Amino acid sequence: MATLTLKELSKKEILFNHGHRMCSGCGTPIIIKQLLLASDYPVVVANATGCLEVASCISFYTAWKVPWIHNAFENAAATASGVETMYRALKKKGKIDKEIKFVAIGGDGGTYDIGFQSLSGAMERGHDLLYVCYDNGAYMNTGIQRSSATPIGADTTTSPAGEVIPGKLQPRKNLTRIMAAHGIPYVAQTTPAHWRDAITKFKKAFEIKGPKFINVLSPCNRGWRSKTDDAILLSRLAVDTCYWPLYEIENGVTKINYEPKEKKPVEEFLRPQGRFKHMFAPGKEWLLKLFQEEVDREWERLKKEAS
Amino acid sequence: MGKIVAVTGNEAVANALRQVNPDVCAAYPITPQTDMMQRFSSFVADGKVDTEIILVESEHSALSSCVGASAAGGRVITATSSQGLALMWEILFIAAGMRLPIVMPVVNRALSAPLNIHGDHSDSMGARDSGWVQLYSENGQEAYDNTIQAFRIAEHMDIRLPVMVCMDGFIISHSIERIEYLDDDQVKSFVGEYRQLYPLLDVEHPVSYGPLILPDLYMEYKRAQHEVMTKVSKVVLDVAEEFEKISGRRYGLFESYRLDDADIALVILNSAAGTAKDAVDEFRNRGIKAGLLKPRLFRPFPYKEVAEALKNAKVICVMDRADSFGGFGPLYMEIASAFMMNGSRPVLINKIYGLGGRDFLPEHAETVLGELVDILKTGNVRNYKEYIAVRE
Amino acid sequence: MKGWKELTPGAVVTEPGSSEQFKTGSWRAFRPVWLPENCIQCLFCWMYCPDMAIKVKDGKREEFDYDFCKGCGICAMECPGKKGNKAIIMVEEGK
Repeated sequence: MATLTLKELSKKEILFNHGHRMCSGCGTPIIIKQLLLASDYPVVVANATGCLEVASCISFYTAWKVPWIHNAFENAAATASGVETMYRALKKKGKIDKEIKFVAIGGDGGTYDIGFQSLSGAMERGHDLLYVCYDNGAYMNTGIQRSSATPIGADTTTSPAGEVIPGKLQPRKNLTRIMAAHGIPYVAQTTPAHWRDAITKFKKAFEIKGPKFINVLSPCNRGWRSKTDDAILLSRLAVDTCYWPLYEIENGVTKINYEPKEKKPVEEFLRPQGRFKHMFAPGKEWLLKLFQEEVDREWERLKKEAS
Repeated sequence: MGKIVAVTGNEAVANALRQVNPDVCAAYPITPQTDMMQRFSSFVADGKVDTEIILVESEHSALSSCVGASAAGGRVITATSSQGLALMWEILFIAAGMRLPIVMPVVNRALSAPLNIHGDHSDSMGARDSGWVQLYSENGQEAYDNTIQAFRIAEHMDIRLPVMVCMDGFIISHSIERIEYLDDDQVKSFVGEYRQLYPLLDVEHPVSYGPLILPDLYMEYKRAQHEVMTKVSKVVLDVAEEFEKISGRRYGLFESYRLDDADIALVILNSAAGTAKDAVDEFRNRGIKAGLLKPRLFRPFPYKEVAEALKNAKVICVMDRADSFGGFGPLYMEIASAFMMNGSRPVLINKIYGLGGRDFLPEHAETVLGELVDILKTGNVRNYKEYIAVRE
Repeated sequence: MKGWKELTPGAVVTEPGSSEQFKTGSWRAFRPVWLPENCIQCLFCWMYCPDMAIKVKDGKREEFDYDFCKGCGICAMECPGKKGNKAIIMVEEGK
């Protein structure tokens, strides 16, 4: 693959336009920019209901410069399956000759939870489809409610850090591994801060035939109670604390793309975020410990699989 | 004269779908529709159709993938019943709102709970607000013919709405009847080439489907959708006229059976209408002026034409094979509304029959007609809404 | 505002990228200021801007697109600058 440079990339048209209404400092539009820059083919997008969908297409205004369809909340993968199948049907009949790529995009709510069945079905059927999940760790669009992607201990409006129950007590669902267990050709994790890693992975996915899943960490300064300018900083911390490892599983073979020279304690990732503030109060050390243990456990397991 | 065969309703509709040869089909099993999609899958596996089939993991995904495929730009079908239709409920509205001409045979079956796999109309009646065009079929021949016409109605450039073709579960879907098929070529030229508005796969002209609409515009979109619905009746009649030319069979918005001079009448949908027509004949033989109206187009409901057809009847019983709990049966409510518009005030009563596949026998129809005769004589109505053939 | 007769069937939006008619620049509380003398043209700001609010030409960054910049400050945060001096600083809007 030719070396990617920002200079060369900056000459390409970005097919996701400004004027979208995502929050100031949101990680997701950065991810979409990287996704669309990565493709050298025309792309058709199916988008689940959520922050991205609602803020990118309102009444007569759409930020999308690619064909795009929003159907409902839980069926981005099913909708994309339909588009991809129609493409194959028409191509077979000679009615289309272009090579077109299909992407389904959903937030963690529409992917880990309500959209899980549709995602699993689409991946199992073997559609030539890339699913990108922008994981901001909660149902952000409806005002920060807990999803199965919410990290342990996090304060959300449905798992508030209260007098008796201090936030979400269940560990995070590791969807990336679940998707790898489907036996699909390519699964990966990335963040918008690691732009070269992200764009390389998107490019790779576009070249592979079959179902692909890429999970991208998307910092949300509203839900994470962080600052509008720290999306990139937090993404780096997520990777350096091994909370969100950068890895790929290609045809069942795990490869860790980046091992931090010095694995930072998870507190460094948690401290800048207001949603974890209660975990630093006296008496809550056990919660911090639980968080660190979960991160360590997943990291060790990943390292073992990659060896 | 086309080919005469002895086949089940499911087989006939599957054959119609084969002849139309859609681009994409989404299939998920549910009794009593399963057989239809099984047959269609065999056609795919044997190369008898060019259709790409998506074997989805739920009916919700079946209709969702149909929405994606239809927006992409091609002819799309799926089929379902009962719980499957109920599961795809939210997507029904989306398909209609997005103006996608999906065609879906619905093999009518009762809704849980309790679980029942047999025929009644609660599934499609529950979906009547969704914006889909609904056609009802008395027998296998009508189901076959309606399926073929459905594509022309759905895809008409003034319409572009999804169409549901309904037929009774088990009673029609699984019973073998004498059916006359059209030739493959006739069907192919009747449905014609598919034309798409705003295909997603036209990457040179990117479009966005499914925007967020706020209170300042939503109602205008629904008004536009309502307007389209008002044009459907005419298209249904035009398509039926063209269909008559190739088949010799004539269809309208409904069937009027011995209704012109009828004093008493039944209004009844689907297969039970066949049984009821025999009872009407029996009463006519005895010198009683009985008649029957069998709606075919249920959505949009042809209020004016129906009220006109029933205008001479003095006592009418609307028979519903579904109930709206806490209200009258759905068909009753439509008929009552029809009379509001032309000022007639016949005596109008409602009977709920045949739920969960409960048989509707000639004697049931005769009992009802007998009651209508009594009401005509005495003017006394015992009950405006009653369940018949139920053990006390 | 459009009447119902003027609407696209199915609410399909037919003009790609039409969001640019909505100027999100009015959202700003802080505005970024570019100091070209400190700029090494790394283009990190361009890559990390969520609102595509940095104009580029021939591989080099130019001015901010203030019609759309929401003032998040990611560009200023990520700017490496030259010898410890950032090429982007955030100032309060309206000052």
